[in-house]
Amino acid sequence: MESKLLVKEKELVIPGDILAQGLDYLPGSGCYREGESVRSKVLGLARAKDRLVTITPISGIYVPKPGDGIVATIIDMQSTFWICDINSPYDALLQLSEAVSEYVDIGRTDISTYFDIGDVIYIKVLNVTKMKNVTLTMDDRRAKKLLGGRMMKITPSKVPRLIGKEGSMIELIKNHTGCQIIVGQNGIVWLRGEKEALASEAVKMIEEEAHTEGLTDRVTKFLGGE
Amino acid sequence: MERNESYIKKLVEDGIRIDGRPFDQFREVSVEKGVITSAEGSAEVRIGKTHVIAGVKMGTAEPYPDTPDEGNVIIDVEFVPFASAEFESGPPSPEAVEIARVVDRGIRECKAIDTKALCITAKEKVWTINIDIHVIDYDGNLFDACSLAAIAALTNTKVPKYDAKEGRIVCEPDKQLKIDDLPIEVTVYKISGKLLLDANAEEIDSTDARLTIATTKNGDLCAMQKGGEGYLTSEEIKTAVELSLKKGKELRKLL
Amino acid sequence: MGGKVGAPAALIVKGKRLDGRTLEEFRKIEAKAGNLISTDGSGFFAFGNTKAIAGVFGPRTLHPKFMQNPRKAIIRCKYAMAPFSTGERVRPGHSRRGTEISKVIEEALSSVVFFDNYPKTVIDVFMEIIQADASTRCAALNAASMALASAGVPMKNLICSCSVGMVDGKIVLDVGGKEDNFGDVDTAMATIGNEDKIVLLQLDGTLSKEDFFKELSLGLKGCSDIFDIQASALKDKYATNSEGDENGKE
Repeated sequence: MESKLLVKEKELVIPGDILAQGLDYLPGSGCYREGESVRSKVLGLARAKDRLVTITPISGIYVPKPGDGIVATIIDMQSTFWICDINSPYDALLQLSEAVSEYVDIGRTDISTYFDIGDVIYIKVLNVTKMKNVTLTMDDRRAKKLLGGRMMKITPSKVPRLIGKEGSMIELIKNHTGCQIIVGQNGIVWLRGEKEALASEAVKMIEEEAHTEGLTDRVTKFLGGE
Repeated sequence: MERNESYIKKLVEDGIRIDGRPFDQFREVSVEKGVITSAEGSAEVRIGKTHVIAGVKMGTAEPYPDTPDEGNVIIDVEFVPFASAEFESGPPSPEAVEIARVVDRGIRECKAIDTKALCITAKEKVWTINIDIHVIDYDGNLFDACSLAAIAALTNTKVPKYDAKEGRIVCEPDKQLKIDDLPIEVTVYKISGKLLLDANAEEIDSTDARLTIATTKNGDLCAMQKGGEGYLTSEEIKTAVELSLKKGKELRKLL
Repeated sequence: MGGKVGAPAALIVKGKRLDGRTLEEFRKIEAKAGNLISTDGSGFFAFGNTKAIAGVFGPRTLHPKFMQNPRKAIIRCKYAMAPFSTGERVRPGHSRRGTEISKVIEEALSSVVFFDNYPKTVIDVFMEIIQADASTRCAALNAASMALASAGVPMKNLICSCSVGMVDGKIVLDVGGKEDNFGDVDTAMATIGNEDKIVLLQLDGTLSKEDFFKELSLGLKGCSDIFDIQASALKDKYATNSEGDENGKE
């Protein structure tokens, strides 16, 4: 069969849509192969880079992958590790050794002095096993505890849109609202600053209109820019 | 057992069944009627090691408002816990409910029982036929075994006498319940793209999809139920219908 | 169908059915996606007066733990009828009919969902019939299929469902209320997308095998039409004029 790409870049496709024909095209994320065709698994926007076809889903839960920077909340702990909610059906483990670089005498120390239940942290995903056991690490220059502020949830697949090219969209919001904003790959957004309410409205707007044209202009206008 | 699933699938792909039978052959089928003397009608069916007993009890009740001159037929299937290590004690599982409802439709849709003949006094009193099918030993193919037991028990049923003056059943088996058709349900199982009849328990675990087809004396279809998480093509369905008609004729002779 | 209380004299007169449809015509269909606010995905589907809403949560954590499958997600489907959905009030709570329909719908949807992608989780699908006028399980299944897609649950394809039947001896598409009560045969079907792969088939009523084969053919065609409708509903909801995005300007 002659290889042929059947969808346009960023075309909206539904599960089952045939994206490409021929074994030259490979099914990437969001796609599967059936016979000699590459088909979509999810509702989303099709993209093809070289011969790899992928779908950016419109919706869907967060599935952690190593290297992701995420916003997590501590929900439980034992004597040598913490358990975190990472906005996924899979909880994540943070070992003491991945959180604290100094020596800790666990016989005498209550580790809640480092992170307590309810603490919000920006942290990196260290490893994800096949059975979806997730481990985290603070060993990253961006990792830190996030104090105060508020959190919002957006669809994880819309995170790139919220960040924008080289951070342009998120910078736009930061500049107009004077807020610190941290966007986790897991769809959790943390904000703190003068105009938190305005910033969160802007985030909501971007999430709802992520798939449309002219969004940057509309967001600028909304934030009070020209 | 899950380990055997891929083994059975591979065998079927190569045209072999784990017990060596041809794809369209049933295990040994036996039907014995009148086995339960406390019931108004009964039958015991064995298909291979699968063993079920159906008992018919007749009672009286008020008719349903939309059928004031018709009696009722109620069918229940019980997976008795000793029939399989997988069966749990408690209310009927979705599997048991499904079988009961499919057996019911097979009997109801071809009008095997004249429900108007079950009327005692219109709008006041009608006969209710309760058919309870208990699975005693499970080794697959429950739809076929249960429906065969149900219809066999019905052909064995005697309607007690009802004394309208005294308003109660006078406990004597009176006349034979009139059965107008003999619906037979045959289930066709799809494994590795092939169609088989009478799957045993292990084969059922390897099944992609099944289609239970009820056929009548005249060779018509009166009920169908597809099950399983796989699919069937229209060609496969047509083949299944032919298999079911052919086998139904044979099984009907046992009644 | 003589003898049944309330039966009309004829269900088909001069090729037209009681509601004016031709034999192979659907009732007015309405299909929407993303109609609920709290679910991960949702769908709405109506055949004439039969209306179904579906909501999907998940994949999400499954409790209790012993129910988890360590290697894949499981799916739980619950079909229910609202008490006010039928002429005679339906008592709320479990019914055997609801249990059976939930089971066949679950099996139909299972034929396309990629369970391996999300071990230990559960995908919950809730369907409610808010108004019933026959073919309720078909409407519920269509709504559920769109709900799963809008939730981002990976699937091989949509599931498309419709009913066919025999009324006054003629094969018809999309059985309506009176046709269900007083007709000869009622058959619910569902396919994987617009393909000849049948994942739900339930038939009640007596007919010859030739008539059944005609029903099967008409049903496949009907399901294919349903596929187009579901695809449009999903694309309309999430329509894009092409996206400005993280890789460039609009």
